Amino acid sequence: MMVYILSFILFLVGLYGIITRRNLIKIVISLSIMEFSIFILLVLIGYIDGGIAPIITDQVINPTYVDPLPQAMVLTAIVIGLATTAMLMAIAIRLYRKYGTFDIREIKNLKG
Amino acid sequence: MNSLIPLFIIIPLATAFVIPIIGKLTSSFAKIITPAILLILCYFSISFLLSSNQESYIVGGWQAINDIPIGIYLVLDGFSKLILCIISILGFLVSIYAITYIKEYTSKNNFYALFCLMVAGMNGVVLSGDIFNLFVFLEISVIASYALVAFGVGKKELEASFKYQVLGNIASFLILFSVALLYWQTKTLNIADISNILKTHDSTAFLTFTQILLITGFGLKAAIIPFHAWLPDAHSSAPSPVSAMLSGVLIKAIGVYVIIRLFFNMFVFTYDIAVTITVLGALSMIIGALLAINQKDIKRLLAYSSISQIGYIIIGFGIGMMILSKGGKQSIAVLAIAGSLFHMINHSVFKGLLFLGAGAVEYRTNTRDMGQLGGLSENMPITSTTTLGASMAISGIPPFNGFFSKLIIIIAAVQANLYVLAALAVIVSIITLVYFLKYQKSVFYGENRNFKKVKEVPFAMSFSMIILAILCLGLSLIAIPSVREIVLDQAVNSLIDMDKYINLVIQH
Repeated sequence: MMVYILSFILFLVGLYGIITRRNLIKIVISLSIMEFSIFILLVLIGYIDGGIAPIITDQVINPTYVDPLPQAMVLTAIVIGLATTAMLMAIAIRLYRKYGTFDIREIKNLKG
Repeated sequence: MNSLIPLFIIIPLATAFVIPIIGKLTSSFAKIITPAILLILCYFSISFLLSSNQESYIVGGWQAINDIPIGIYLVLDGFSKLILCIISILGFLVSIYAITYIKEYTSKNNFYALFCLMVAGMNGVVLSGDIFNLFVFLEISVIASYALVAFGVGKKELEASFKYQVLGNIASFLILFSVALLYWQTKTLNIADISNILKTHDSTAFLTFTQILLITGFGLKAAIIPFHAWLPDAHSSAPSPVSAMLSGVLIKAIGVYVIIRLFFNMFVFTYDIAVTITVLGALSMIIGALLAINQKDIKRLLAYSSISQIGYIIIGFGIGMMILSKGGKQSIAVLAIAGSLFHMINHSVFKGLLFLGAGAVEYRTNTRDMGQLGGLSENMPITSTTTLGASMAISGIPPFNGFFSKLIIIIAAVQANLYVLAALAVIVSIITLVYFLKYQKSVFYGENRNFKKVKEVPFAMSFSMIILAILCLGLSLIAIPSVREIVLDQAVNSLIDMDKYINLVIQH
């Protein structure tokens, strides 16, 4: 149970970072933390105590396998996460070129 | 017929990858192929809508074992047919409009590639019958839309795109979180299978938590009011054809559509959830309209009005859910849901047209500020007339389509004894009329001070606007019962009857 709570705390840490940080790069890092807390939760859901990797061989008799589906989901989600993070960083660097700063307090043209 | 369903995803996806390669050799390839494929998809989706067969397609041919589906399913039922139609028709018209509009930008091939990717993602979301697959397609379409919002690479565009991405990513995480929780509880990802399992479960706190997470996540994507902060920036900063797609289709296909699909066909919704959804819809309806009044930027005004109109769509569904969960008269619920679907079609037509009209004004005058614009109706007669039609449609003036859909929603609210909601809908409609009168006056009428020499936009742009304006009038025909039976009834039935969707996937 403790690990589930820890992954939820990690989620909240990421959320806190997004709300309080002023630096664009730090916001991106906070988003990544949030993302990976969910990946950990997904892997935990598929984990079975004493389970082994789900590869069918003849050597083990009556094996307990961990659930492979969440692992496949996490792999897919990591690839998606790569794309979103790359997109965020690209925009952050473009913003730095235009404004000369990473501080979100100075980047506020849009209001209302 | 069966093999046609995956084409909706494969064709735009393949085009998105081919355009950057072949586009390097011939510069006109992208702008010919994009409208062409969307025209083909238009033909397919309309023929789907007119035929009555609903079916599912198993990706990779993984047949069900003991009636438990194991592969990814693409499901074509009444509701998805309707949304596919909206996506391809508006996509086709917008891509024709974009041919001239996009000339002032560099790297046109990338624009069309991203556009096709966005369409592919939306079609995937609408067709997918697997909740994780739905998440993957959703990410494909939103990543393309992040890039399209920043396409102008000016200061404002980049800022808007960053804001959109941060909020959009949080929404995606919440959705992934709820997918994980659903898998934890049911050990399956197939929507029909989950619904089969949840039917036997009692409603628990765990399930309610998942539902709230889903409403928050997809509410952020659909820009319902407490989650709307990104929409006015993103939709006003994007190039106008993209704004038309974002406002007209994207927030519906990946926001409203998924909420409705999951709550009608997957969860057994409770009265509390129905009330929550209705209240959120009513709030966005009112606050969106109030915020729109004071805007000086024409596209920003339209963006806020999108929030308000999404509210109308949501309350229609909300009324239907409230009646169904209380076991009230089904005919009223059918009326409310049909009104909502009708308004969904109408909103994509007139909001698409309004954004294209605003784009035409910006194309010729290079400004979006209402203080500087004025008196353009003589110089730009086509833009002015079509925008006037769309404004009347959105504020609910007969005989335009917006009047009938709003009327149906209001009648349903009155019949369900929700008089406050009906009164609010009428008042918001009047507020909408007020800010669109202001829009008309300050852009097309009044005194022309700065732009005496502007000309009408080129043919490709006015062509799309004229077609959409004709649709604005023509769609009023759906109010006639015999036409409504063809267009809306399939969608309404597949929403109301939960077993229909399940039987489509799990054939016993």
